[in-house]
Amino acid sequence: MSEELVIDVRGLTKRFGGRTVVDQFDLQVPRGAIYGFLGPNGSGKTTTIRMVCGLLKPESGEGRVLGFDVLGESLRIKERVGYMTQKFSLYEDLSIRENLEFMARLYNLDRRAERVDEALSSLGLAERQTQLAGKLSGGWKQRLALAACMIHEPQLLLLDEPTAGVDPKARRDFWDQIRHYSAQGVTTLVSTHYMDEAVQCDSIAYIAYGKKLIDASTAEIPKQIGLHAWRVAGRPLQQAQALLEASGGVEMVARFGAEIHACARDEAKLERAVRQVQAEQPHLRIEKIEAGFEEIFIYLMTGAADNFR
Amino acid sequence: MKLPRFSFDLSLSRIGAIFLKELVQMRRDRPTFAIMILMPIMQLVLFGYAINTDPRHLPAVVEMREDGPLTRAFLSSLTASTFVDVVAVATNEAEAERMLRSGEASFLISIPEGFERRLVRGERPQILLAADASDPVAASGALGAIERIAQSAFAPEFDGALGFLARAPPPYEIVVHRRYNPAGISAFNIVPALMGVVLTMTMVMITSIALTREAERGTMENLLATPVRPVEVLIGKTTPYIFVGATQVAIVLLVSTLLFHIPFTGSFAAFAAGVTVFILANLMLGYLISTVAKTQMQAMQMTFFVFLPSILLSGFMFPFRAMPSWAQAIGEALPLTHFLRIVREVVLKSAGFGDIINDLGPLTLITLMLVAFALLRFRRTLD
Repeated sequence: MSEELVIDVRGLTKRFGGRTVVDQFDLQVPRGAIYGFLGPNGSGKTTTIRMVCGLLKPESGEGRVLGFDVLGESLRIKERVGYMTQKFSLYEDLSIRENLEFMARLYNLDRRAERVDEALSSLGLAERQTQLAGKLSGGWKQRLALAACMIHEPQLLLLDEPTAGVDPKARRDFWDQIRHYSAQGVTTLVSTHYMDEAVQCDSIAYIAYGKKLIDASTAEIPKQIGLHAWRVAGRPLQQAQALLEASGGVEMVARFGAEIHACARDEAKLERAVRQVQAEQPHLRIEKIEAGFEEIFIYLMTGAADNFR
Repeated sequence: MKLPRFSFDLSLSRIGAIFLKELVQMRRDRPTFAIMILMPIMQLVLFGYAINTDPRHLPAVVEMREDGPLTRAFLSSLTASTFVDVVAVATNEAEAERMLRSGEASFLISIPEGFERRLVRGERPQILLAADASDPVAASGALGAIERIAQSAFAPEFDGALGFLARAPPPYEIVVHRRYNPAGISAFNIVPALMGVVLTMTMVMITSIALTREAERGTMENLLATPVRPVEVLIGKTTPYIFVGATQVAIVLLVSTLLFHIPFTGSFAAFAAGVTVFILANLMLGYLISTVAKTQMQAMQMTFFVFLPSILLSGFMFPFRAMPSWAQAIGEALPLTHFLRIVREVVLKSAGFGDIINDLGPLTLITLMLVAFALLRFRRTLD
């Protein structure tokens, strides 16, 4: 079992000046999985990722990453992990190729020029290799950063909001790449704010205030949360939205263009609330729908999931 | 042509907004604030107390070839004087010469054999005063003092039977030799020393932002996520500047020979060793600063904070031996102090390895301590 777990840490705790940023965090990630970290800003996602790769020392906790002690063998871990930082952290005054060669040297790689060539062509950067990294657009910077953290063929990829500020096409290409690595047995831990990305993950951990509130395979999450939804449509909607938000039976109101999705975990209360709003505003059409990932993630991200504690 | 139109519609509230924001930012940047407060205090203390343009207490070695009542009176006058401090009384010439060359003494006062006999015979014997003129300021200040010391030492002795000697000109002659820089050219003192000042300034400044820049640009996180070791970062980051330093040294040497005609009299190997260790010391000092400074701005301020005492307390601007002992103690901890002695000894005083060992040793020790501190300060994590 433990052979298959690439990340197996328990009780990770980190404090910054008396404030507990990550609290008693357990994480088990099997080999080859794509594991998503979800949570609002400041919830401790970055801190957790940094502890896993040895960039921060946890105050307490224990465990193994790639079979090495997360506290005592961080150099061994660093050699085998590719970490892509939230902010672009390569050298803007070096060219694409120089950045990759720098990384290849830091990892003491053999066949350096060959590996750099391979990385450049597989990411479609070959023609731009002499361009300065600082002159690249967001999407290209992200490609370069991924190439740089893959250059030493790590067994574990840690990606901290890798697609922030990147256009949808580039994001899709990026995820194709991640799945490609995953198929080769590379494990990925990725934090994100985008629900279309969260859906791509095999498993999801939802974090808020440094605590892990949900940890399940992506397919199981709707079941675990048990969210129910009603669609409310018709014009005008503005007042209906206000009424639904004020209603005690509705936990989350999400506007999707010309319709509103009202969600809650208590099915009966939700139905009563929605029907009452319709009674007040007869022009509205209401319909019970299946709560999709979209609703679930909005529900999670708006902090409603605090109720899970 | 359209002239830009200035708006005189000023708002006190907008000025206030910027004023208050500046105040808050100033308060948040603690190190900068501390330096702004400490800088005037440091300058006042250094200029007010440590700097003494009227050099006193310069070390002298006295070579006594004769021991009689008159020479003893002269020696005790020298000892009592505040102009010179007699650090040793030598009986052999080689020892006295060695002390002068190694800088342990700034003066060599030599009383020849048969001084008293020839004095009484009216043969005007010579007192030899050899001054280390590699620092002309220190030398000339005390030269005049020696005459007065001799006068006041002998005056009470030229009494009774020796009364006939109390005349002008005095019955002895003080012969002054300016060693190492006979013409007393101040460029001979300043130019080789400038090499040290240039190196201190550029080497410390350039490495003081070594890590700070990585941290500020966010590249530190990527660097720390790789298996790179702190020592590897230190060596990799500082080595390029050894070559920069070597180039600067070559330029200064070339210019000082071609333009200032400064002789290079000593051992080049000893010089190369001294300059290498000195460059390393400065690189390590800068690197240590970069492990402390949070921003490049702070790094620059800290560099200046180190640079100022280096200039004032190293013996570059003012004679080192004339400073109060606490200032000398600080000076001994500065790499520039030791390098100045090495470079002056080698370039002007024909010194070899044996002569500079007293400064090469401490310089090496300072460098090793800086390396140790820098490695201790280097954080492998982002904590």
